[in-house]
Amino acid sequence: MIPADDAPAAAEPAAGETPAAARRGWPLYEVFVRGKRGLNHVHVGSIHAADDEMALHNARDVYTRRNEGVSIWVVRADHIAASSPSEKDPFFAPSADKIYRHPTFYAIPDEVPHL
Amino acid sequence: MSPHAEEEDATNAYQSLSETAGIDDPRWAFGSGFEDVEAEIEAPLPAGVDAADLAEYCLMLGDDALVCAQRIAEWVSNAPELEEEVALANTALDLLGQARVLLSRAGHVEGAGRDEDALAYLRSEAQYRNVALAERGDDLDFGVAIARLLVFTTWRLALMSRLLDSRDPVVAAVAAKAVKELTYHREHAARWAVRLGDGTDESHRRMQAGLEAVWPFVEELFRTTDVERRLVAVGVAVDPADTRAEVDAVLDQVLAAATLTRPDRAPMGLLGGRGGRQGVHTEALGHVLATMQSLARAHPGATW
Repeated sequence: MIPADDAPAAAEPAAGETPAAARRGWPLYEVFVRGKRGLNHVHVGSIHAADDEMALHNARDVYTRRNEGVSIWVVRADHIAASSPSEKDPFFAPSADKIYRHPTFYAIPDEVPHL
Repeated sequence: MSPHAEEEDATNAYQSLSETAGIDDPRWAFGSGFEDVEAEIEAPLPAGVDAADLAEYCLMLGDDALVCAQRIAEWVSNAPELEEEVALANTALDLLGQARVLLSRAGHVEGAGRDEDALAYLRSEAQYRNVALAERGDDLDFGVAIARLLVFTTWRLALMSRLLDSRDPVVAAVAAKAVKELTYHREHAARWAVRLGDGTDESHRRMQAGLEAVWPFVEELFRTTDVERRLVAVGVAVDPADTRAEVDAVLDQVLAAATLTRPDRAPMGLLGGRGGRQGVHTEALGHVLATMQSLARAHPGATW
């Protein structure tokens, strides 16, 4: 039978689905850790948690268990606005051939990192 | 691409995450808080302290941590969520780190040539000195596991925070590290107790049942042994009875926030005046040791 509308059929849990699978409802959080004072937070991975507070604690347990961090940010993955892969060309491509946008016409002293 | 990309760079935010203190140190499993753990373990006996008493006391504190760590580690591959499994494994490893130093110290002070492995793997039940709460199984019931963790860490934190200025340098060093670890373990357990107790009807019921299950083992935590009494007099040990007010206050605060009721359960009795501290254990310890020791006993001296 072909469902008239495919959305409700997809949301229906399959017969015999375990409670564990149904419980997998905790939202996904992305985790950002800062290793040292003065550096920026970097994305290290993601975790599941029931709320923000649990997310911070889970991130602490999963990503900083060997003293890696001094600061943790967590943000719900669905709160991140991301560029879409399908937009790649119009979004990023035009800058590649505009050589005047790239500061490549002067020498960078050795003491200046990450320019 | 920057010419610096391949080099060691103190300002690289990703690289700095992998710079973990002492990870190349072969003794890293003791934890990262000890500067020179071997020198500490071989520190001379403080003046006026009986070696046998100190060895026994280190076994008590070490066995509590070792046996409880083994119980918590049963959740690895069984926890309801991967994140919680890592949290429980971290807790177990912290306790194991405390146990390793304490058993090493016990073996050194005893002077019979037993190292931490000999003490962990080659002693029988009657030679273990842990309290019964540590060996209490949870049958992978999360409510029981959290209740046990809450009571155990609340009590152990109260003990360790009073051992910071112990005259034995190893006990004091373990306490300094343990206070930080246990503060986090206690918070983790308390958060779950509140979340479950003040959650749904079902989670409340199961958290309360977990408390009821561990409560008979609470009384033993505050019983003072003769060894402890003698070591309190020379400034090495703490009288566990002195921790009762703090433990009660903390637990009452958590239970109130969690809308849980303090259980009214008869404490587990002693056998001829003897309990866990004297080597009289519940049958649960045999199961813990069978799991923990079987490999080491089947392959004596095996390393990996």
